Amino acid sequence: MHWGLFFEQAPFGGVQYYQWLLRGFAVTVELSVCAWVVAFLAGSVFGIMRTLPHRAFRAAGGFYVAVFRNIPLIAQFFVWYLVVPELLPGSLGRDLKAMDPEIQFFILAVACLGLFTGGRICEQVRSGIQAQSRGQLSAGLALGLTLPQCYRHVIMPNAYRIIMPPMTSEILNMIKNSAVASTIGVIDLSAQANRLLEYSARPYESFIAITLAYVTLNFTVMFLMRLLERKIRVPGSTGGRHV
Amino acid sequence: MKKLFGSLLLALLLLPCGAGIALGGEELGGTLAKIKKDGVIIVGHRESSVPFSYYDSAQNVVGYAQDYSKLIVEAVKKKLGVSELTVKLVPITSQNRIPLLANGTYDFECGSTTNNLERQQQVAFSNTFFIIGTRLLVHKDSKITDFSDLKGRRVVVTAGTTSEKLLFLMNDRDKMNVQIISTPTHGDSFRSLESGRAEAFFLDDVLLAGERSRARNPSDWVIVGTPQSYEAYGCMLRKDDPQFKALVDETIASAQLSGLAESSYEQWFKKPIPPRGAIMNFDLSEAMKDLLRNPNDKAFQ
Amino acid sequence: MFDLDPLLLLQTAPILLKGMLITLKITVAAVVLGMFSGTLLAVARVSPILPLRWLSALYVNCFRSIPLVMVLMWFYLIVPQMLARFFNLSPLTDIRLISAITAFTMFEAAYYAEIIRAGLGSIPRGQTQAALALGMTLPQALRLVLLPQAFRAMAPLLLTQGIILFQDTALVYILGLGDFFRTAVTIGKTNGYEPAMILFAGLIYFGICYAASRLVDSLKRALAEQKRAS
Repeated sequence: MHWGLFFEQAPFGGVQYYQWLLRGFAVTVELSVCAWVVAFLAGSVFGIMRTLPHRAFRAAGGFYVAVFRNIPLIAQFFVWYLVVPELLPGSLGRDLKAMDPEIQFFILAVACLGLFTGGRICEQVRSGIQAQSRGQLSAGLALGLTLPQCYRHVIMPNAYRIIMPPMTSEILNMIKNSAVASTIGVIDLSAQANRLLEYSARPYESFIAITLAYVTLNFTVMFLMRLLERKIRVPGSTGGRHV
Repeated sequence: MKKLFGSLLLALLLLPCGAGIALGGEELGGTLAKIKKDGVIIVGHRESSVPFSYYDSAQNVVGYAQDYSKLIVEAVKKKLGVSELTVKLVPITSQNRIPLLANGTYDFECGSTTNNLERQQQVAFSNTFFIIGTRLLVHKDSKITDFSDLKGRRVVVTAGTTSEKLLFLMNDRDKMNVQIISTPTHGDSFRSLESGRAEAFFLDDVLLAGERSRARNPSDWVIVGTPQSYEAYGCMLRKDDPQFKALVDETIASAQLSGLAESSYEQWFKKPIPPRGAIMNFDLSEAMKDLLRNPNDKAFQ
Repeated sequence: MFDLDPLLLLQTAPILLKGMLITLKITVAAVVLGMFSGTLLAVARVSPILPLRWLSALYVNCFRSIPLVMVLMWFYLIVPQMLARFFNLSPLTDIRLISAITAFTMFEAAYYAEIIRAGLGSIPRGQTQAALALGMTLPQALRLVLLPQAFRAMAPLLLTQGIILFQDTALVYILGLGDFFRTAVTIGKTNGYEPAMILFAGLIYFGICYAASRLVDSLKRALAEQKRAS
């Protein structure tokens, strides 16, 4: 084993190998954070739609979940990379393809990973809403709140707290899934593994370092989420541990 | 831990060597002994190195380098004195070709791999079978005519190629601010160019001509720029296996001296090729003519 | 760009079917082997032997923190020689297929272990005590009383995990292994119909997975009904 490798000069960029690793780590974190925002928003919107009394909303929510949960992630990435730019109206597709590749692939990856994960969050949000007794909603309506107000002030705050534990595992899953973005040219941690292997010709060191970086990231997120869970748990509940 | 991985690595490295098998007075070692023992030869090939090693429309592997692979398999059969040898084909990419050869996934490959001193530290190369220059493929209406025009442009390369490294180095050296896209195969790189994602494609001239031959409108694309390097393609073999290398070298040299290589050249570079009957129209260069007269395994850099 | 030639689909149908066969091979092998190893891991996790519990927890947590892409690359680029020796493979076997099956099995085992552990956890403790009081040994109790119930309770989740696995097998794309997805993409590439073939492949996956998840839903309802009735 030759761990000094990471402090050797990389063949280009005027950096040392460990900086490749750090750069990949940063990209993975940035991608995960941005995709999570998309996933949370999309998951919440469609999750709420699935519980609304209007049939059309429920159908739209169901359609979203069905599409994004039943197609392999790598296929979705390829669709975003190769198909979506061709379908965008006007010159939008051309403008997108003319963007700096690094930013362009990142945006596509955020959209893809975010909406894919959103399909999973959507189901959690729905179950979080449905786990509450119908009395909550009736009480809110009886108090003169409108339906949106009920969701805003009564139902959603509880729902999010109930679904914290499964949300944590969805975040962890998403971080791992972010590695698939390397197939469309995002130079994340897993892409750096290949690059390290190729230029340093040191397979074990390269792969062990990258793998440890993922493990570290996962355990850090797990730890932070535990803290958060404890902080916002509904008093007197078990935290709604579903399996 | 250190020791464990060390010994595992050692085991991996030693594995292909196996035990020597005696044959007609000559001791067989390395790859040949392994092939003899298994009755199987595993040949690495490319998926879109046109016209060297790529898929035709029925997903068969064909090409100029693939013809050499077939000659080598025949030579191995003859050497081992067997009439039947099972040939297993394994697709490789620019990025994984060296690790997969080293870990024993395949025995040798003839595709479009540059023989250079840096790679010789990890693998061995046979006699050269082609000589290329690295240039650019651009749209005929683009304003790019040479490498100095690449400043601030989007340029695609195939990950793991010598061109990828050259471009990164050039970018550092000349502060060109090129936006670099790396894709897994030459085909993917060309589609980046064709779809407008990239404005230029940096690769070996002959491979650029190969990709162009598969374009929807080949006449839209031109190869430009001063070659940034001249490179020699060789078949890639495991290191420290002189017996197998001698056999492969001899096979290539005799094909080149007998005129077989030149007729194969005609077929792949002057006539219609699969999958859609395009014509490469790539003339035999002076360097190539010289190579066909004097077979050698010299690396250019 | 999207003008997919129907003739092309017809001509390449045999190659596509061969790809689907590989996809199914990996899925079935990884579900069976993964569930088996997952059960062992789950049992180890609840066993009275402390080191066993630790080892199981370590395995599960590690594999759950590494991306599948990395696991696949490990088994393809770094350890195939070990695999070939370990399983005593004939050199004719496709090492990529073995790499993929091993990677998916080891990866899925961690996920199945968690599901089965949760299943075991959902059984009232009294059952274990009752089984032991009847003179059963712990392994007997597990085999005859606890595990059957755990599997029954978790059947929908186990099946859903199978559907996820079926989708995840498309990741063997990065190994260059010609499963359904890669075959479809390659056909698209060689013939200039890549976007169309990607959409086509996505549609096929959608059809299969959607139908399968509807089946799981109805199983879930049936199980819930049964539970209410009893």
